[in-house]
Amino acid sequence: MAETATQEFLHNLHELPHTVKDACFRLGKTPESEREESQATFHNLFLHIHSVRVHLRTLKPTLTFGLGLMATASFVITLITGVLLMVYYKPSTDLAYQSIKDIHFTVSTGRFIRNIHRWSAQLMVLTVLLHMARVFFTASYKKPREFNWLVGLGLLVITLALSFTGYLLPWDQLAYWAITIGSNIANSPRELTDAIGMTKLFDPGGLQKRLLLGANYVGQDALIRFYVLHVFILPLALVTMLGVHFWRIRKDGGLAKPEDPPGGLAEWGGEKRLVFQPLATKTYGLMALVKGKRPPVNRGPENTVMSWPHLFWAELSVFMVTVAGTLVLSFYSDAPLKELANPAIPENPAKAPWYFLGIQELVSYSAFTGGLLIPVIVVVGLALIPFLDRRPGGEGTWFGTSRERSIFWQSLFFAVAVTVGMLAFTVNHGWLRNWFPNIHQLWIIAINPGSLLVLIFAAWSLFTLKRNDSVRLAAVSLFTCFLVGFTLLTYFATVHRGPNWHFYWWPSQWPVH
Amino acid sequence: MSRLDPPPLNRRSFLSLASLGSFFAALGTAAAGMLRLPNPAVLPGPVRRFKLGPPEQFSAGSETPFAEQNLVLFRDDEGFYAISSTCTHLGCTVARSKDGFACPCHGSRFDSKGSVIGGPAPRPLPWLEVSRAANGELIVNADNEVPEGTRYRV
Ligand code: HEM
Ligand code: FES
Repeated sequence: MAETATQEFLHNLHELPHTVKDACFRLGKTPESEREESQATFHNLFLHIHSVRVHLRTLKPTLTFGLGLMATASFVITLITGVLLMVYYKPSTDLAYQSIKDIHFTVSTGRFIRNIHRWSAQLMVLTVLLHMARVFFTASYKKPREFNWLVGLGLLVITLALSFTGYLLPWDQLAYWAITIGSNIANSPRELTDAIGMTKLFDPGGLQKRLLLGANYVGQDALIRFYVLHVFILPLALVTMLGVHFWRIRKDGGLAKPEDPPGGLAEWGGEKRLVFQPLATKTYGLMALVKGKRPPVNRGPENTVMSWPHLFWAELSVFMVTVAGTLVLSFYSDAPLKELANPAIPENPAKAPWYFLGIQELVSYSAFTGGLLIPVIVVVGLALIPFLDRRPGGEGTWFGTSRERSIFWQSLFFAVAVTVGMLAFTVNHGWLRNWFPNIHQLWIIAINPGSLLVLIFAAWSLFTLKRNDSVRLAAVSLFTCFLVGFTLLTYFATVHRGPNWHFYWWPSQWPVH
Repeated sequence: MSRLDPPPLNRRSFLSLASLGSFFAALGTAAAGMLRLPNPAVLPGPVRRFKLGPPEQFSAGSETPFAEQNLVLFRDDEGFYAISSTCTHLGCTVARSKDGFACPCHGSRFDSKGSVIGGPAPRPLPWLEVSRAANGELIVNADNEVPEGTRYRV
């Protein structure tokens, strides 16, 4: 085709929309065959973390309830809104409070964006906790997923740390006192080292507090440290570990699921499925190089569907539901902003955000035991689960092995009774210090309502282990106790603790001051 | 010997192992060194020696809260003493109550001499050192604890 450069140029200009589109979307059209659907998946950076086909069971909403995805979605929302907030926020003790006020009251859409950031952060904590519970009760942590359970725990810790560091940034009364308390919890090993008189020699508490605050009081150094953690280090760590988390899901063969029955899921979901015909001539395989089963020869119906579009529709809807929920909440409910931080007088009561209130209740028995020891025991205990419960069985099914459901209910009632009893006793009768004013602090560190709860729960789990002769059931009972304890303590501290941390039936009965 | 059998440890693999080891040792040292940075060598902080005024200003039997300084100054027949109002539990500021001091954060209670009578506080409220400046004003040094019962006589 003989054409002048001018013609060529005009032609290219005319074709511009098409050529740009083709360059961006290599397939260039909605995929029509399974081949094109797989290309759509693995030719796209963001989609290629998915496998090309997904198993039908993992698409069933009641397996995961989309909780991990909701956590991911709310994280993405916090990331975007967080960057927007950074445009105006100033991490200085003189300016921080005013800049949040500006965002809230003068910046256009500022209040809405701030609300969204708050709400999605809370939603993220909630969904991460629920996601962990679903992974546990579907026994999805078992071999080969032990490592991903650990990565998940790391994500949980980072999520909580993100919330905590974000809490300081407004530099209002809530922020200031929450961080004062938090940094003193970091300091609380001193309670122990003081009690045995070795703080001068070895002071891990003081070191932790210094690292956190950069000073021995909550001021500018603390604010800048929390800011750097909140907007850079922790999000980066979370994104990195999330990458590992997703990668491992792929490498562990997708979500945990039970073995398909020999006949396959021929009628699963009310649809008849294609049955693979064995190929008599097949004499070779890649088995020496590739782990896993032979190609699906002789294995009944095909139980997977294309990720495009089935999985992607599902994911998209979870994302949209999460966004919609956050928007509605943020429209109707404003994020709190108290008065400017006042180092002279705390709020009364000075309450942490809801997900830390269980810990605050424990801390009101002993700072070291409730604030550090028990949380560490819980995290270590959770981390050990997949390594202590190693017998395969029940993967990818809610309460999959026999008697799990009944152990769950038994443990639920047991833990509710014990926790409520313990709280009622403490409220009515006080604790060691009220009875023996001069008692040595070591006794209170060792024996308090929190440590007793942990011991009783552990004993109950050992009892389940003996009686049912099953490690999985012992784990189920312990995990249930943990969930119940966490929920009830959180509820109790939210609703029934008022000024001076006294017990009240309802917040409406708090004395006015 | 088949090609797939692991070779015995020869000089080359010994050297690679050794260099790998030194790589990780260097990495570890570097990481430890970097972690020293966030540990402040000097703790910045305001001076916590407060001038509270001339002694005549406080009558015997009086009790004066200093909110900003987080302490309460007492004067009884034996002299002056100052009690810190920072809770020894987790650092909230205690408020005066009927029987002494009460903490809003986790319910620690102290009697009017600062001893713990309830709640999670591990130690009594500290008594602070009282002295006088050259111009005769009372000074409380909030960084210096003194034993309970110590009085400053003017
Ligand atoms: C920031 C927090 C987290 C995010 C965003 C996240 C995200 C996800 C997603 C999207 C999945 C796919 C399946 C699903 O939706 O359930 C998943 C699976 C998984 N998660 Fe998480 N997760 C987080 C924290 C955790 C925690 C706290 C644990 C447990 C301690 C955990 C353990 C697992 C395991 C073992 C799987 C594989 C489950 C299976 O094979 O069925 N994750 N995660
Ligand atoms: S800070 Fe006073 S009781 Fe916790």
